[in-house]
Amino acid sequence: MVVELGHYALALALGLSMVQCVLPLWGARVGDGAMMAAARPAAVATFLCLLASFGALVHAYVVSDFSVANVVENSHSLKPLLFRITGVWGNHEGSMLLWVLVLALSGAVVALSRSLPERLRALTLGVLAMLTAAFLLFMLLTSNPFMRVEFPPFEGRDLNPLLQDIGLAIHPPLLYLGYVGFSISFAFAVAALLDGRVDAVWARAVRPWTLAAWVFLTLGIAMGSYWAYYELGWGGWWFWDPVENASLMPWLAGTALVHSAVVMEKRDALRVWTILLAILTFSLSLIGAFLVRSGVLTSVHAFATDPERGAFILVILVLFIGGALALFAWRAPMLRQGGIFAPVSREGALVLNNLLLCTACATVFIGTLYPLALEALTGDRISVGPPYFDATFLPLTMPLVAIMPLGQTLAWKRGDLLGAAQRLTAAFALSLAMVAMIVALTHGGPVLALAGVALGFFAVAGALSEIVTRSWRRGASLASVWRRARGLPSSAWGAAVAHAGIGLLVLGISATAWEVETLAIVRPGETINAGPYTLRLDSVSSLGRNTYKAEVVHFSVTRGETPIGRVTAEKRFYTTRGMATTEAGLMTRGLGQIYVAPGETLPDGGIAVRLYWKPFVLLIWIGAVVAAFGGGLSLIDRRLRIGVPRKSRADSRMLSDNRQILGGG
Amino acid sequence: MTRKQRRLTLIAAGLAVLGVALGLVLVALRDTIVFFRSPSDIVALDIAPGTRLRLGGLVQQGSVVRDSAQDTSSRTIRFVVTDGAAGIAVRYTGLLPDLFREGQGVVTEGVLTPDGSFLADNVLARHDENYMPREVADTLKDDGLWRHAGEGDGS
Repeated sequence: MVVELGHYALALALGLSMVQCVLPLWGARVGDGAMMAAARPAAVATFLCLLASFGALVHAYVVSDFSVANVVENSHSLKPLLFRITGVWGNHEGSMLLWVLVLALSGAVVALSRSLPERLRALTLGVLAMLTAAFLLFMLLTSNPFMRVEFPPFEGRDLNPLLQDIGLAIHPPLLYLGYVGFSISFAFAVAALLDGRVDAVWARAVRPWTLAAWVFLTLGIAMGSYWAYYELGWGGWWFWDPVENASLMPWLAGTALVHSAVVMEKRDALRVWTILLAILTFSLSLIGAFLVRSGVLTSVHAFATDPERGAFILVILVLFIGGALALFAWRAPMLRQGGIFAPVSREGALVLNNLLLCTACATVFIGTLYPLALEALTGDRISVGPPYFDATFLPLTMPLVAIMPLGQTLAWKRGDLLGAAQRLTAAFALSLAMVAMIVALTHGGPVLALAGVALGFFAVAGALSEIVTRSWRRGASLASVWRRARGLPSSAWGAAVAHAGIGLLVLGISATAWEVETLAIVRPGETINAGPYTLRLDSVSSLGRNTYKAEVVHFSVTRGETPIGRVTAEKRFYTTRGMATTEAGLMTRGLGQIYVAPGETLPDGGIAVRLYWKPFVLLIWIGAVVAAFGGGLSLIDRRLRIGVPRKSRADSRMLSDNRQILGGG
Repeated sequence: MTRKQRRLTLIAAGLAVLGVALGLVLVALRDTIVFFRSPSDIVALDIAPGTRLRLGGLVQQGSVVRDSAQDTSSRTIRFVVTDGAAGIAVRYTGLLPDLFREGQGVVTEGVLTPDGSFLADNVLARHDENYMPREVADTLKDDGLWRHAGEGDGS
């Protein structure tokens, strides 16, 4: 019964979203306010229907209703409750439902948000509803999660063991909030094109959405990376796997969008480019969904032999991307060109940022799709792996990190490169000193890693110096400097924190050059070394749980002669799917981690063990979280200022303090 | 600077970055891509030793041999990768992924040695829903060796 209600709510949501699409778009065309206003309740109702539908599926999973095909294939009655719930989106149909739910949620939030021009809101909701309707149609026709099975089995086939992890509870929802959040930017862009009008009000309306989407996507990718790191047992945190690239591409384009939207909002420049970027960012999200959901990555052949789903998503893809780009080609020339600026200026630096980010995104795009295209065309199977991305992605992103502090120091409209460089002398000197220190301590290291360390420190120090130069005045007391720093707009803090986060990320990545890996066969009582640490295999015990059996390997860790603790790792065997997984043992020491993964057990009782000492590895994820936090800070500022044309008192004080930086702003 | 000059500067900068990126991509695609080959391909194509490639197929039943000289610092394993028509001997030092076992699909990356065997430096474990690496599955399907291995996820 609940399942049928969920199914019905899904169909009802399709109808509602069609109403939400047609009425406001038609109303905007004929200038009918009532029709435009209908979009708001329709958007909220669509969301509520999908929430009910999602709730019904969750219910089916929680009570292990094995008359539903989706539950049979992805659940098991003995699984812990948390994994029964997360299993809802651990499969194709369920994750599509989550995707559409988040899409409808964003529609509802747009509908309920205050301070949006009525016409812009109506058009945006109409475009969003078009997307919702398309994906709902896709679900109902090809991937219905509420399908019943004729003869319900007594037990489900269990969820893929790799997914039975807290990571699944967090990673996909965050990622979807990010992906789908960009659909709002997309809808705003298409609305602006339909309206033929785009201005700073538009930019101010669209930027918080973009920023929020960016924050979620950043956290989602970081979470996914950490999950892969501890779950796969290979110690890697990024594999340049197509599925990962599918999320990285919208992130790169979205990062560019966040920056170009600033230019548009503050200086009214780069209008056409920002609109295009908003379209491209969401298009890349859609392409990511296509890559992951169509099965084209699992096998090009599978796509050719079972084309229903893939072809459907491809049609959605072509209609929306093609439609939006055609609209752009038609309408963009009518958009008035915005403000002008010198090449050396904050805008100029942000253009360079956009250029590098988009080019880097393009190289990832080529690296991801080239093997697919080649296989489809010639049948040759190739792999494009880390060497390709090292050779193309790094040369583009390293200069990007290098100019990051510089761009932030330049004034709007017309900047002074020499002055900006002077203000960064301290940061630059500090980063060189740190590199010199590391060379002295570790007796050198790979040149690329040292360059990375320099860049990372430069980015962090540059971000700090930005805050310091904006608050410090000659002769001012420390307390007044602090007060002034506190008074800086939170968007200034946000930018500095986000950039510092990227710096930390770069430091963490560079530090992987100093990681130590040891492979050995160990028997109980024997030891294995990595870096300064020694692990002794104490014992092996076995463990039986509801859905798996495990061998637990116990190690005690010493540094020199000092014992510092114990760490356990597991080899699990999931009986239902007959699948083995490794649960790596992790011990955090400062910002580094000891990572131990057991391999196979030999007949004589020896265990193959892979041990890593990874100094500063946590900086990778800490950096990403700090960057996301910076985005959040910036968001707070936007929310305070949205729809408030007059400057608040604190703001105007900052304006007078920072004439030089805000320039003509 | 006039508006036109400014625009030209921007366009020139854009083209310069794109040009550099294009160069990087082309060089990288020439130098870093690795072809996937099945054992039959290697026999048929007469590939020069030292070529880096990915070899995929099934681990032949009963072919897995561990080097008896077991010093604890490293370990070497030998096995044969087969596609039914041909088999290539593979030598690999390191830890095997959880999914590795006789009769299962495997993808190894490494170089061909002059004696016709394969020196692998990586045995791949993908975070894939299925056991079978997709290249192996496709090859097996091409060769008619594919047996439905309990993957109902494709439909």
